Amino acid sequence: MSIIRLENVTHNYGDGTPLCVSAIKDINIEIESGELVGIIGHTGSGKSTLIQHLNGLLSPTKGRVFIEGEDIWQNKKNIKNVRFKVGLCFQYPEYQLFEETVFKDIAFGPKNMNLSEDEIKLRVLEAADFVGLSRDLLEKSPFDLSGGEKRRAAIAGVMAMKPKILVLDEPTAGLDPRGKESILNMILRYKKATGATVLLVTHNMEDVARIATKILVMNRAQVLMYDTVKNVFAHSEELEKIGLAVPQITRICRELKKRGLALDESIYTVDEACAALLPLLQKGVR
Amino acid sequence: MEKIIEYKDVTFRYEGEDEAHILPLTINGVTLNLEKGSFVAVLGRNGSGKSTLAKLTNAIHLPESGQVLVEGLDTRDEKNTDLIRRKVGMVFQNPDNQIVATIVEDDVAFGPENLGIEPKEIRRRVDDALKAVGMYDFRLAEPHKLSGGQKQRVAIAGILAMQTDSIVLDEPTAMLDPIGRREVLSTVLRLNRERGITVLMITHFMEEAAQAERVIVLDKGKVFLDGSPRDVFTQSEALKRCGLDVPQATGLAKALADSGIKIKTDVLNEEECIDAILTAYKE
Amino acid sequence: MVRDLTIGQYYPGDSLLHKTDPRVKIVLTLVFIFVIFFCKNFFSLGLMIAALLVGVFLSRVPLKMILKSMKAITFIIIITALLNLFYTTGGNVLVKYKFITITDTGVYTAIFVAVRILALIVGSTLLTYTTTPTMLTDAIEQLLKPLKVFHVPVHTLAMMMTLALRFIPTLIEEIDKIMNAQKARGADLESGGLLQRAKALVPILIPLFVSSFRRAYELAFAMECRCYTGGEGRTRMKQMKLKGLDSILIVGCAVLLGGVIALNLFFKTYNLG
Repeated sequence: MSIIRLENVTHNYGDGTPLCVSAIKDINIEIESGELVGIIGHTGSGKSTLIQHLNGLLSPTKGRVFIEGEDIWQNKKNIKNVRFKVGLCFQYPEYQLFEETVFKDIAFGPKNMNLSEDEIKLRVLEAADFVGLSRDLLEKSPFDLSGGEKRRAAIAGVMAMKPKILVLDEPTAGLDPRGKESILNMILRYKKATGATVLLVTHNMEDVARIATKILVMNRAQVLMYDTVKNVFAHSEELEKIGLAVPQITRICRELKKRGLALDESIYTVDEACAALLPLLQKGVR
Repeated sequence: MEKIIEYKDVTFRYEGEDEAHILPLTINGVTLNLEKGSFVAVLGRNGSGKSTLAKLTNAIHLPESGQVLVEGLDTRDEKNTDLIRRKVGMVFQNPDNQIVATIVEDDVAFGPENLGIEPKEIRRRVDDALKAVGMYDFRLAEPHKLSGGQKQRVAIAGILAMQTDSIVLDEPTAMLDPIGRREVLSTVLRLNRERGITVLMITHFMEEAAQAERVIVLDKGKVFLDGSPRDVFTQSEALKRCGLDVPQATGLAKALADSGIKIKTDVLNEEECIDAILTAYKE
Repeated sequence: MVRDLTIGQYYPGDSLLHKTDPRVKIVLTLVFIFVIFFCKNFFSLGLMIAALLVGVFLSRVPLKMILKSMKAITFIIIITALLNLFYTTGGNVLVKYKFITITDTGVYTAIFVAVRILALIVGSTLLTYTTTPTMLTDAIEQLLKPLKVFHVPVHTLAMMMTLALRFIPTLIEEIDKIMNAQKARGADLESGGLLQRAKALVPILIPLFVSSFRRAYELAFAMECRCYTGGEGRTRMKQMKLKGLDSILIVGCAVLLGGVIALNLFFKTYNLG
């Protein structure tokens, strides 16, 4: 059974006024449990509106949202529980830190779930492990952490709710390659440990290529594609037409294929490209 | 070539909370000469000191030891501060926190107004600057309604209108989406080529640095690599050691070479990589 | 959404009112407000409404925008009108039901007060619709200049106003973001008693303060880097000079003032308040 299902979901801003715009329009999509979905698209293509529907921060103007088979708006009072089931981590989450200590800040979500003190403590420590924050940092003020540590503490605050679906909006924005790498690794760590479904909104195609199992392409308020990474990058020219970049390596392989090399069109990592090229080039040597 | 900004054995550290907490040096002995009219990119991971290096150019930060000279003026001399800021303009990372006025053209006018320039001349400069960054049609717009890339171009126009000789950009693209990044980079490149403005651009995007004439890699407050993009990016081992990546094109050529293929490895971009692979294939 | 608020917004245009010197517009708006309060009966008020309609016509601001500005204060107008309706004594009794008494004077006063408030609002929004916030603050700075003699930091105050105007939309957006982020962690902002609700604001206010301070700090750097050192030695791109148009307006307003006084005196018996 699909864990997320959207049925004809439309969201209009300024409904009933002449300035009415559809941020998302007639979205139908099913996401299977355990996937790691990369969501790509321009600023303004409807990505953030889409993800805010998953945990009920926004309600659809039309259509229905199902999480684990249940219509989340069936019982409006229950919407808070949906937010614990679908953990949403916004862009630059470090700006939401507010508690006296890192520990307390990570505990904010679990506390709102009305968990026992012991359970809260367990969850905080576990979340700190997921993001690699050492124990001595937990008693510090979040405002004394370095930029990278702040980001990790904020993500831990969402992971501590142990959501079955983890949605992250641009978690690697503004980080250097090593910082990016460590964030991606902690997402993978969380997914492996909890079996969660992960949705990752990003502009960075290399990130998507590295960790996603599927890609969802948004364009002009609608879903343009939803398929495996390989199949989506096989449409690299189409992606470029709507102004999205594909990994450099995909472009190189596409061009090589055009010039007569027998290559698969949907190569998207350097290792893959290397493996595919080696036999061809070695033949050439012989 | 004429030197425009010089770092002479510069060190700098941030102040700790109190005297007991002395922080380590952020800039640890940097000596550099930037040539007039050049386009220099500074790369480095977070905390490498690259932003600090930018802020040393116009006396926001003053060196603890050594000297920073802007067109021969020492930044440590307070009398020079105003003069230096007329020669070096700065664009910062967060586009929202550097726009002062509620209308685009008023913001661009802010700098020249501070310089006490005559109203008619300000008008001319503002129009010219907005045209140069492609924002003239938005001159009456409210800044908060613009995209990130547009806001940064307005910020650049604000510096242009002051007619500084150099522009220092401190991670101007870090908070932008790919389209905004392209807009800003192409604007800066054009200003450098067409108007001869010296550009010092701090970034952690390799693709952006690859467009510069000269790339400086900073690590732990020291100059780690310094050369043309080709010189720098082909040293993939060294780059990885200080936490940076190489472009995928370079990485592929390198990976193939490591597997025993005879292939040119000093490739920088797609075209060069494709050519190198085709050459290897034909042999 | 909060960011759709329209109070005090500028409506871009090229009309006569847009071109009028902002200093003149501010002074005339103040005079207008004063005169509205000076109107004693429907005749003098009617003259001012007619003048206002001419103003609306001259501004070329669509009627829809004007009505929008009224919408925000409908509630206040209704309340004041009702209060006047029920609490005015004197005149002929029209309705008497239990403790409610409505007199004809009450009805007149209620309408009179409602129209007066509407005129005030439309008059002042006309100013903000036709004048950019920058022009407004510049004009206020100019008008207050004489206070410099008393060591009032006029330029600093004007600059603070500009920056506040500039950052209000940014901060509203920021509040939106922070609220969403905390709601996503299960923060409950809607239910509970007063104390609980106040407590629930902490996770919103602290991040807001932290980020505002950071913004202020960065903004100060950015301003210094653009050679800002305060008001001394600054020039302005947009110069304010009184033109023929402005003097026509001033004369027009003086005539209006005279008209109101005359009508007040002439129809003395109808005077309301």
